Amino acid sequence: MNPRRTLATTGRILTQIRHDPRTIALLLIVPSLLVGLVAWIFADTPVFGVIGPAILALFPFIVMFLITSITTLRERRTGTLERLLSMPLGKGDLILGYTLAFGLLAVLQSAVAVGYAVWVCGLEIEGSVWLLLAVAVADAVLGTALGLLASAFARSEFQVVQFMPALVFPQILLGGIFLPREQLPDVLRAISDWLPLSHAIDALQAVAADSEDAAYVGGELLIIVAWIVGAVVLGSVTLRRRTP
Amino acid sequence: MVNNAEPAVLVDDLHVRRGKHAVLHGLSLRVPRGGVVGLLGPSGCGKTTLMRSIVGVQVVRSGSVTVLGRPAGSAALRHLVGYVTQTPSVYEDLTVRQNLRYFQSVLGAPRDDVDRVIGATDLEAQAGQLVGSLSGGQLSRVSLAGALLGSPELLVLDEPTVGLDPVLRVQLWELFHRLAAAGTSILVSSHVMDEANRCDRLLLMRDGEILADDTPDGLLAATGAEDTEDAFLSLIGQHPPANRPPHHGRHS
Repeated sequence: MNPRRTLATTGRILTQIRHDPRTIALLLIVPSLLVGLVAWIFADTPVFGVIGPAILALFPFIVMFLITSITTLRERRTGTLERLLSMPLGKGDLILGYTLAFGLLAVLQSAVAVGYAVWVCGLEIEGSVWLLLAVAVADAVLGTALGLLASAFARSEFQVVQFMPALVFPQILLGGIFLPREQLPDVLRAISDWLPLSHAIDALQAVAADSEDAAYVGGELLIIVAWIVGAVVLGSVTLRRRTP
Repeated sequence: MVNNAEPAVLVDDLHVRRGKHAVLHGLSLRVPRGGVVGLLGPSGCGKTTLMRSIVGVQVVRSGSVTVLGRPAGSAALRHLVGYVTQTPSVYEDLTVRQNLRYFQSVLGAPRDDVDRVIGATDLEAQAGQLVGSLSGGQLSRVSLAGALLGSPELLVLDEPTVGLDPVLRVQLWELFHRLAAAGTSILVSSHVMDEANRCDRLLLMRDGEILADDTPDGLLAATGAEDTEDAFLSLIGQHPPANRPPHHGRHS
């Protein structure tokens, strides 16, 4: 691995996206629109105040997962990946380059979504908005890292789209949005303790209600970061220079 | 010609399967340094698989591939071997220059190399254009330009002249010979037989095997044929498709 090659890769991906303004617009606006829709649905109830923080974790996570896995799959399909792997580009350079590029987009996307939820939809945040943003960004980067990992195992567009229900939906179902995690059956509760999205949602709700101290939120953040690092490392290790 | 003793590529008893099919079954060949070697054969005969094995991106079952004195796929070779895939492998949502600049920084080649290869492939007028808006011929030239960056010692070109107009094809072959004269070894595949005469040596390939390894003139003399196409047909007549022993065909 080599910082010049990693950053060149990040720059290349960002330049590609810059040439596609519609994607940028969708990336930045869609999660906010969905947050707004949820706020509207529950306009006359206190529900948005409860699930709003979780919603902030959900949409950027899903969007970044999809975008990353499809972009990297496209790299595989067009032969550019084969070309890069015949060149002196480290596998880590590629995966980290992608993580940084989409991580930067995740910062922008989460900033827009958090700003929209708090200042337009009136989501009440008792704790620090910055801490909320930090968790939301980590969560979106997690989506990117898992998307990179998923695309390493996918051979076709069909497969990569199937990874979404396989890897993402269980985390949503067990994350505490449908039923608070304390009320889940014991086995599911134990499983949900291991899933990163659960910790993202816990952290966001803790910040929103200011129910825990910063150390708790920091601990949850650390778990998410560990998942990100794990997915990035596994993604690099499973990338093969030689293919059948 | 640099160091004739050590060939640019040495393949020995190479076996490769792709999916359920044995594509190469015990193929051996030698590409000398500093010349243009044409790899000719019908589509589907294993040219791309052979080239992928030489570049080191193909999983091989057995046999050895030595490139510039090192096992194919060695880390050191990634600076020394330029590879052009059959379908142009460039980013359509970047301009020509942005594509080449990225490959240049990955290779660690000098910055002015980008202008050099744009000139060599006659893409000055398109340098600022998005690659997705280029014609097929221009697209394959961008892909070729990427492989010329960093002046690799060996160029592996998989059908680089497909879909190009005759003038451009002549220009590219002149470029290949200029590079070869400067010491670059070039292995170029084609299924167009009339390109054979432009090569210093020919490898005729069919059904995963090398039928002939000769100079164009030597090939015509050996077969008594008028042109390479006839020579190829006469060679096929001499080598009817072999019934492969079962262990090449079915075992896994």
